[in-house]
Amino acid sequence: MDYQTLKYADVSVGDKLAALDIDISSSLISCGALATRDFEPCHHVPKVAQDMGLPDVFMNILTSQALMARFVTDWSGPEAVMKALKVKLGAPNVPGMVMTVTGEVSEKDDDNRVVTVNVTGENNIWGMHMEGSVSVQLL
Amino acid sequence: MTPEERQAFEEELYTFVGRPLHPEPKRSYDAVNEAMIRHWAEVMGDKNPAYTNAEWAASSRRGELIAPPAMMYAWNQEGYAVAAEGRPSDGLSDLVAYFDQHGFTGSLGTNVDQEFFAEAKIGDALFEDAIIEEISEQKVTARGRGYFLQTLAKFTNQSGELIGTQRFRVFKFIPPEAPPKAAASGASEELEVPTRIHAPRGQDNGWWWDACDEGKVLIQRCKNCQTLRHPPRPMCGECQSTDWDSVQSTLDGEIFSFVEMHYPKFPGYKYPLIVAVISLAEGTRIISNVVGIDSQDVKIGMKVKGKVEQVDEKTMLPQFYPVEA
Ligand SMILES: [Zn+2]
Repeated sequence: MDYQTLKYADVSVGDKLAALDIDISSSLISCGALATRDFEPCHHVPKVAQDMGLPDVFMNILTSQALMARFVTDWSGPEAVMKALKVKLGAPNVPGMVMTVTGEVSEKDDDNRVVTVNVTGENNIWGMHMEGSVSVQLL
Repeated sequence: MTPEERQAFEEELYTFVGRPLHPEPKRSYDAVNEAMIRHWAEVMGDKNPAYTNAEWAASSRRGELIAPPAMMYAWNQEGYAVAAEGRPSDGLSDLVAYFDQHGFTGSLGTNVDQEFFAEAKIGDALFEDAIIEEISEQKVTARGRGYFLQTLAKFTNQSGELIGTQRFRVFKFIPPEAPPKAAASGASEELEVPTRIHAPRGQDNGWWWDACDEGKVLIQRCKNCQTLRHPPRPMCGECQSTDWDSVQSTLDGEIFSFVEMHYPKFPGYKYPLIVAVISLAEGTRIISNVVGIDSQDVKIGMKVKGKVEQVDEKTMLPQFYPVEA
């Protein structure tokens, strides 16, 4: 497979990334928590999450963050070097939701060939789940 | 908490600022390795060959595989013991226990900011050196009353090279008496879909909303001087009469003013969301939504026609559409 990485000169502020829909399943939540070594029971035991007032297990922060990072590196290509990943959390992601991730280039740093992409992940039930930015150094 | 108790609580609270989480930098249990990276990449759907395709990586600019930067904190996380025995004691758990003892038992992660200075390679051991960097003053948020605490962790490799930093912000708060009832306990795939926020219905306005539920927009009319008024209220502003009846609006109107709501987005509302003041043909104004048009095309003075529609499972509302010129 041929992998392409974006060139700094080919990216402009205002460029939009193709939106990504992610199905939020119990499996994604539990397996995502374990893949990030987050063994808090609220991410794999529904009863514990329900005692916290939520309908079911909810996504852990490091999974949300991973999905945001992946969304941007899918766009930038594999030779891009990640410089920053900033995530602010909103409503929880719980099974049965669909999260739509969107992004737009917000800043260019010519000296370092770094572009910053503002990213939002909204679920179809409770709205904003995460918003933040990912900065990557391009070729 | 009395003001004196709060002062005593905060005096001790702020002594936690600057304390380290671990007596010395904590080494990751496992060195950066391909198995844990592959597990992570599979779950996240991340097909970046820089993480999992050794052959591609060898021919890339880096010449070797790297760990996903977003995994930086995962390497140093405590393992299964967290589920089996609870979180082991460290500088942060002492602070959390102090909050909990004083009723601030709620806990909500709000921000994670990571900066990366070098890429972690297969075989790297990561060392986490973390402190409690900041505790805010007491804040009142939608969740309740509490404090934001922020930790700062620095991650270095075995040669002392800085891989990255992480700022983690958590809100510790006094939770509401009983947790809100789970929307659909047990049934994990069924979620209660939020609806719009409803106006409380009282003696002075309930009749208006009841008519709206039946598909009609009524305008209150003074029985004494015939002046129309909206929104509903008990007394005529012209003659102070409290006798009234109503007429049904044709919902022919014109946009007097409008805003587009961007932020914050409320659950239960459809976006883009145009909120407009509409001048009705009868002479009164009503606040409603303009729909069926690109938000960039909405203009003051535009002719609109309203229809009472069901906008969600529980809500009937007039919605205004542009009138074709
Ligand atoms: Zn009157």
